[in-house]
Amino acid sequence: MYETNYHRASSVDEAARLMGDAGEGKYLAGGMTLIATMKQRLAAPSDLIDLRHIGSMKGITVNGRNVTIGAGTSHYDVASSDALKAVCPALCHLASHIGDPHVRHMGTIGGSVANDDPAADYPSAVLALNMTVRTNKREIAADDFFVGMFETALEEGEIIVSFSFEAPDKAAYQKFPNPASRYAMAGVFVAKKGSDVRVAVTGAGSNGVFRHQGMEAALKAAWAPDALAAVTVDAGMMMADIHGNSDYRANLVKVMAKRAVAAAG
Amino acid sequence: MGVEGIGARVARKEDKRFLTGKGRYVDDMKVAGMKYAVFVRSPHAHAKIKSIDVSAAKDMPGVIDVLEGKAMKEDGIGSLICGWMIHSKDGSPMNMGDWRPLAYETVRYVGDAVAIVVADSLGEARDAAEAVVVDYEVLPAVTEAVDALKPGAPQIHANAPGNQIYDWHIGDEGAVDAALASAAHVTEIEIHNNRLSPNPMEPRAALGIYDTAEDHYTCYTTSQNPHVARLVMSAFYNVAPENKLRVIAPDVGGGFGSKIYIYPEEITCLWASKKTGVPVKWTSDRTEAFLTDAHGRDHVSKVKMAFDANHRVTALKVDTTANFGAYMSLFSGAVPTYLYATLLSGQYNLPAIYANVHAVYTNTAPVDAYRGAGRPEATYLLERTMETAARELGISPAELRSINFIRQFPHQTPVIMNYDTGNFQASLDAAMAEADWAGFPARKAEAERRGKKRGIGMSCYIEACGIAPSAAVGSLGAGVGLWESAEVRVNAVGTIEVLTGSHSHGQGHETTFAQLVATRLGVPLDSISIVHGDTDKVQMGMGTYGSRSGAVGMSAIAKALDKVEVKAKKIAAHLLEASESDIVIENGELKVAGTDKSVPWFQVALSAYTAHNLPAGMEPGLKEGAFYDPANFTFPAGCYICEVEVDPDTGKTQLIQFVAADDFGNIINPMIVEGQVHGGIAQGIGQALLEGVQYDASTGQLLTASYMDYAMPRADDLPSYKVSHQTTPCTSNPLGIKGCGEAGAIGSPPAVINAITDAIGNNNLTMPATPAKVWAAMHGH
Repeated sequence: MYETNYHRASSVDEAARLMGDAGEGKYLAGGMTLIATMKQRLAAPSDLIDLRHIGSMKGITVNGRNVTIGAGTSHYDVASSDALKAVCPALCHLASHIGDPHVRHMGTIGGSVANDDPAADYPSAVLALNMTVRTNKREIAADDFFVGMFETALEEGEIIVSFSFEAPDKAAYQKFPNPASRYAMAGVFVAKKGSDVRVAVTGAGSNGVFRHQGMEAALKAAWAPDALAAVTVDAGMMMADIHGNSDYRANLVKVMAKRAVAAAG
Repeated sequence: MGVEGIGARVARKEDKRFLTGKGRYVDDMKVAGMKYAVFVRSPHAHAKIKSIDVSAAKDMPGVIDVLEGKAMKEDGIGSLICGWMIHSKDGSPMNMGDWRPLAYETVRYVGDAVAIVVADSLGEARDAAEAVVVDYEVLPAVTEAVDALKPGAPQIHANAPGNQIYDWHIGDEGAVDAALASAAHVTEIEIHNNRLSPNPMEPRAALGIYDTAEDHYTCYTTSQNPHVARLVMSAFYNVAPENKLRVIAPDVGGGFGSKIYIYPEEITCLWASKKTGVPVKWTSDRTEAFLTDAHGRDHVSKVKMAFDANHRVTALKVDTTANFGAYMSLFSGAVPTYLYATLLSGQYNLPAIYANVHAVYTNTAPVDAYRGAGRPEATYLLERTMETAARELGISPAELRSINFIRQFPHQTPVIMNYDTGNFQASLDAAMAEADWAGFPARKAEAERRGKKRGIGMSCYIEACGIAPSAAVGSLGAGVGLWESAEVRVNAVGTIEVLTGSHSHGQGHETTFAQLVATRLGVPLDSISIVHGDTDKVQMGMGTYGSRSGAVGMSAIAKALDKVEVKAKKIAAHLLEASESDIVIENGELKVAGTDKSVPWFQVALSAYTAHNLPAGMEPGLKEGAFYDPANFTFPAGCYICEVEVDPDTGKTQLIQFVAADDFGNIINPMIVEGQVHGGIAQGIGQALLEGVQYDASTGQLLTASYMDYAMPRADDLPSYKVSHQTTPCTSNPLGIKGCGEAGAIGSPPAVINAITDAIGNNNLTMPATPAKVWAAMHGH
């Protein structure tokens, strides 16, 4: 790791100010990707501004069906929240399968979503649950947030403060883990709210997380695993690497989607 | 057996320090003035070095020096060698290319070391290493052995035309061809044995300490055989004469073969310590380990197996291409020859075998022995072929094996090995009973109703362990003898130190070796200490690999104990005024048989050292040494059965059960043996389902350079194993031990793959059988 300056911010404003003062600063929101990357000398921020100790960015609020999750909330806290489990157990389930216990206690939802790793789990939930991403500057709709692999609508220095959404009627997340990294090779989050259905796919797309309109339409017509039988997942849109070609990933997307619908009930 | 002696499940003495973080590994060593080394490594798979500019790096903060390979050559440091000579079938010696510890003319794989930076801190050394400017002329690279043999392939070493190291063969080709021509059935198959990264928990490390006053070197190193390291570094690399070089391998956290070899880093740290005047420590990081630890396996073989009308195997013909990587590592020559083709008879009465092996250079990390070393390759080839043949012949795989089992011992195979004992049917029967083989069709039908494809597969393995006798391996090209040494030192108060040339890096020698002594002398385990891993303490030894330390290392201890007992009995007979032949050793006492006259062990020891009252002419003291060179290899064997369920939607294989029925001969500590079997099977399942080193074929870049891409088996990948033992004691060593360290890794891969191919009904599958590959095999993609 190259030398860096560590700052522990105690408020969102302080964090933003520290970032403004830094040469080539990076926010640290758990560091489960960033620290590993820095240890490999693949990233060399001049300053690290740690967001994990900002109290206002932590915690889960459930008000009726309305959920707000602080961006600094750890995966463990999301996974184990009884209030969240009561209205959206799918999100708890997703969080409970990220990484290992160490990662789940250090990593945060905001860090994961801001990093937008194409194989991360959370981005699929943000899209499928149609979350509103609130930052220190504005609110961004889920559909406008993800731009491409490791690329989001966040501007320089912008901090995600929280995520909010209205709990769906039914939802589930199913992923097929990469045998080595255990990141998603294909992860599908399905959510049904009234007549609206959203299907978000992570891990498989060649341009990062995306919604699959074909599956959404099929499930709007009939909410059942078999409704997806006739839907085509275009292998041309899929990633290919040493762990699986695009045909395999396209297959996994469909299989995981069916299983997610089955799990959602 | 007693509670502490041979056969007892004694908890490992060494585990307290390992489990409480008190182990002392090379990286834990700190000496005054010690500095840190980082190696500058080639980012290219094949390139000429046009120039190396270290001037900027030398000016960096904290840098002591930056040293290059040319200066090392000028100082007379030798090139790395393969210590096992193989001759091609035309009689010519193998073409060993030059391997400089620090390359200065050509780099031949990604990770090849070109310079060493020594600095006050690791961070400063890293920073400076990045400031070393190497001007490379990139050359075309080749990573697959089959491709490297093709005309026009990049030429890796000038003295290995066509990249061929040797073209070796064994067996009677004429007899095999005749049998194939007249066979009732011939099974043909192409077998790939995937390349593996060893991944010991502790990465390699080296600490070189040069003492200017004494002109003496000390090397702390992560070695499975510190004496061999000293011998090779002294005799071949000209680091220092043996009396001026102490090699210490303290606690070592796993090796699996990869720490047998002498690597560039320890030689360079020793040389750099003299050049800089400071102790120099290097510890590999995990990426360096993936890049530079010797890999294992990597064979491509074409197989033909002939059967007569009664389903008896009449001949086996094998053509194997073995990838050696960019350089010949220390034992590499032996692995795809005498550790591989000599096991191609398996458990079967096979009248004719012919194997042709092409050893090939590629622009990849060196390949050498990895847990099993050649024997897993032979077993996988043979057991997949037997399974395939059974399916083609329409008979049960158990019956086909049973028909062909060797049942008379000793048995001379057509490929050198002479099996002393075994009972292959016993292990097959035990495994089938444990696995409820007969109940499989019902389980398959039940799985089918759940939409799952269930399969069952077996593997009957045999291996050759001990890697001795010395005269035999010498005649096959080994540069060293493969005996073992021991010294038993009885202290004046009766406690005992056993010095051994074996090296424990996870095997539990401190416990098992002590159990032998406790059994023999009837003294408590706590009064026995095992000393190993230091050339200043133990005079000479050949180290631990090839499942040899029980069969060979403990036999040396037994031989030394024989001598100690003889002398102790003489002293006791003298003290008890009895005849020496009447003295027996029981429960820590030396007794006159059939009487109540006895003298305690400590009294005999004390008498030996006070020397006030010894038999006339006897030297004081009680200390004996022995060298043991066995009469034959040992032949552990067994039967493994694996049952799987494949998810047809995803291709994911779930292991339902795994049964191991092994014949290891006599067993010292069943708990430790089971641990060895468990670990070996985990590695074998890793090879079968998960692990595989992959290089980019055009650039030679390592694609599996971290755990993000190299899949190691985790607990949730593995079932609970059912392990049993069938025992035929080995006849070639006094303890009847065959060895157990590698069996799990040898026997398990074919059992897993045979089960999967049974489940999916497609035999066209290579390891690792990842979900993607299995799915493709099932759905024709």
